[in-house]
Amino acid sequence: MVFKRYVEIGRVALINYGKDYGRLVVIVDVVDQNRALVDAPNMVRSQINFKRLSLTDITVNIKRSPKKKTLIKAMEEADVKNKWENSSWGRKLIVQKKRASLNDFDRFKIMLAKIKRADLVRRELAKLKKEATF
Amino acid sequence: MICRASITPGTVLIILAGRFKGKRVVFLKQLPSGLLLVTGPFKINGVPPRRVNQAYVIATSTKVNISGVNAEKFDDKDFSKKADKKKNIKEEAEFFEAESKVKTKLPNEKKDDQKAVDAALIKAIEVFPDLKSYLGARFSLQDGMKLHELVF
Repeated sequence: MVFKRYVEIGRVALINYGKDYGRLVVIVDVVDQNRALVDAPNMVRSQINFKRLSLTDITVNIKRSPKKKTLIKAMEEADVKNKWENSSWGRKLIVQKKRASLNDFDRFKIMLAKIKRADLVRRELAKLKKEATF
Repeated sequence: MICRASITPGTVLIILAGRFKGKRVVFLKQLPSGLLLVTGPFKINGVPPRRVNQAYVIATSTKVNISGVNAEKFDDKDFSKKADKKKNIKEEAEFFEAESKVKTKLPNEKKDDQKAVDAALIKAIEVFPDLKSYLGARFSLQDGMKLHELVF
């Protein structure tokens, strides 16, 4: 039971409570045992309690308290956005957001699509059942 | 009179109460009385040009192009109930008689008005795939759907 995601300068984390819920931030400095200084491209650098952060696998190569420009450059070099959007965690969140924003008409179209797909699956299954001999 | 900002001509509304509850209908215009003039279209879901109170309606964000539809003719007066033959409650014979009500047939001009409005509407609806079957289906809450979290 070893820890794999450490709190370190450059660790990318997800804010899981509060006004900035759902935002990806980089730990830029550690204030004390409980709090970190945290920064992101479209946000004012601020302190936040570790309890409000969920650490991700992604790290950025920065020194302690970099300038905003340096931080943004380092984030682009580490390709944080793409890594996040391709990770299973990131993809899950994107799907959740999409589902929550669905229109009534969208929900209807999805229902039709699900029925169509289930129909195709059942047809294939029936075909395979016919061919199979146990 | 006030109309909710989300309800503009061409919006698809979900009727929440009455005979057509759950039906998705197209909003035409707001009548002087404040009620909303709404139509199925009739061929798609059986809702005729009808008045509906906006309190009993959910406005979705789906909009149909209603520019080709002329709803000018409709007014509150068209929807007033015809004066029924006065039924005398004292006449018990009539009361217990098998209800042989003469069904008042819908005057033809009403049917023509409805057809005129719906013809242009249906053309605008067929532009979008699936919109026709969407309007033909009723809305209902399913397992796991949280109304206060749904986006319409």
